Amino acid sequence: MSAPAAERASQPIMPPKPRAKDRWLKRAPMLPALIFVILVTQIPFAITIIISFMNWNAAYPDDISFGTVQNYVTVFTDANLLKAVIVTVGLTVGVVLASALLGLGIALLLDRKFIGRGFVRTLMITPFLVVPVAAALLFKHAIFNPSYGLINGLLTTMFGENAPQPDLMTSNPLLGIGIVLVWQWTPFMMLIMLAGLQSRPMDVYEAALVDGAGPWQTFRFITLPHLRRYIELAALLGTIYIVQNFDMVFTMTSGGLGTATLPYVIYQEFFVAQDYGVASAVGVIVVIASLITATFALRTASTLLKEENS
Amino acid sequence: MSTPDLTVDNHPAPGVTPTPTEPGGPGSAEPPRRKANAPRRPGQGRAGKILLGLLAWFVGLLFVSPLLWMLLTSLHAETDASTNPPSYFAPLTLESFVNFFGGGNGANPWPFLINSAVAAIVSTLIVLVLSTMAAYSLAIRRIERWSDVLFFLLSTKMLPMVAGLLPVYLVAKSFGILDTWLLLIIIYSAMNMPIAVWMMRSFLAEVPVEVLEAAELDGARLPRVFLQILLPLTAPGLAATALICFIFSWNELLFATVLTSTAASTAPVFLTSFVTSQGLFLSQVCAASLIISVPVLVAGIAAQDKLVQGLSMGAVK
Repeated sequence: MSAPAAERASQPIMPPKPRAKDRWLKRAPMLPALIFVILVTQIPFAITIIISFMNWNAAYPDDISFGTVQNYVTVFTDANLLKAVIVTVGLTVGVVLASALLGLGIALLLDRKFIGRGFVRTLMITPFLVVPVAAALLFKHAIFNPSYGLINGLLTTMFGENAPQPDLMTSNPLLGIGIVLVWQWTPFMMLIMLAGLQSRPMDVYEAALVDGAGPWQTFRFITLPHLRRYIELAALLGTIYIVQNFDMVFTMTSGGLGTATLPYVIYQEFFVAQDYGVASAVGVIVVIASLITATFALRTASTLLKEENS
Repeated sequence: MSTPDLTVDNHPAPGVTPTPTEPGGPGSAEPPRRKANAPRRPGQGRAGKILLGLLAWFVGLLFVSPLLWMLLTSLHAETDASTNPPSYFAPLTLESFVNFFGGGNGANPWPFLINSAVAAIVSTLIVLVLSTMAAYSLAIRRIERWSDVLFFLLSTKMLPMVAGLLPVYLVAKSFGILDTWLLLIIIYSAMNMPIAVWMMRSFLAEVPVEVLEAAELDGARLPRVFLQILLPLTAPGLAATALICFIFSWNELLFATVLTSTAASTAPVFLTSFVTSQGLFLSQVCAASLIISVPVLVAGIAAQDKLVQGLSMGAVK
């Protein structure tokens, strides 16, 4: 709970020594991790940029050339790819908003004292701990299935033979994917908001109470401003994780019925269409979009870190 | 896991004494008892409190209900599992679990589970060693511009790994390590390293400076300082980091799908092929989903107090 609570600012034990050899000795423990991460996760991005300017389809191994922007032209003129951008943005924004709001509401509920609070918190966490593929299969087959899924089963149980039997995965598969994502990510949002709620300074609340503030005023003018940064952090981290989501689309619809997201399109161009150039061009665009989002996220994270060290 | 205490380890700021009436700080909007003369808020009466408690229980049960349905369906026979209306009270049987493990419908799940376990456990061990070393440079014997290194690592986590999928595939192919444990271990180690460094840094930064200074004065060498002081003090953090890395590796689907085919294929990949290759056996699908989720459920519930710190990369404690 770092917002106001800061750890003791730990000073370096030894004063920094100026000699270059010592500086490298000091850096040595950090280098393996850093080099490893750069080699495995960053160098591939550089190669992706190069391939994005290549004419390279694995189906035509004799026809590989460099120095073309044709892949980017293809990407920006392909209606399907434009649709994937819209689907990705829409799905991410919808899921983040819904799960952040639900998470906030549930965190407020769980912040109160009641019997079995710890147990209910553990219950709330469990959806996040189901393997995403398993969650996708569970919802697709055991819950949303029109003929024997739980939802239509419950409708039949309650309203008899003539109960409505919706088929969500056909009529609105994107909503189905969204529901599973919200189910899995609400606990994540809830945990961050709960940490924020529990780091509130209590004396402010006592003062507000003495001043005769009502519950809504207390929430609006004390709780919400304090939580603001936690809400931002939850939303931004959620965005980073959810925008990269591949498992749900792959398992629930295989990208069909207008549910293909950008990560899925990259997978499809590369693995199915085997058009390495176009796949890389999409990859470059996704990385640029992520960098823009990440800049905002890093700003939030760095303010939290600064407070921790102040 | 029914501890009623919701405390997520609370580190008070220096100079800010925690309110004595709120041990551990599980705050709530309700007024402290001793302010009996303070005006009571409307709607905060006993009945309201009980109702909100019940609502919390209801929401908790609602969120866990799909999981309970998965469990119930897995314990039903196939014929009872796919009826409409559902056969809620059909007799329970372990048939689906027996079929799943016995390969009753074709594939034997054990190789996939073993592949997942090896990839997840070995990569987690590598990550723990390297990230603890890095965190030492970033939290204890701080290098210059340590926060730049941290933020560089964080930014790598924000770029979608899918964009590097093709080069990884091509390089792995040229090295001849496609469809091997080694490849998965390399990928999962790199994938989890930034989170682990952030987590371990925040845990190491909590070690009191005085303890380390005292050890230095006693002339203790680094390995001894590490084994006898840092390791015991950060053991809970190390465990939480390990569990979170394990969860992410175990869950991973995209790279496992593309980079493995038969020999090193993992449990989530097996799960996706399970339905398409054998038609739909609802009860068995639920049993398989449950079995494959059990390691993550156990790890996550064990790490629940540090889960938020790990997922927010140490930004929230």
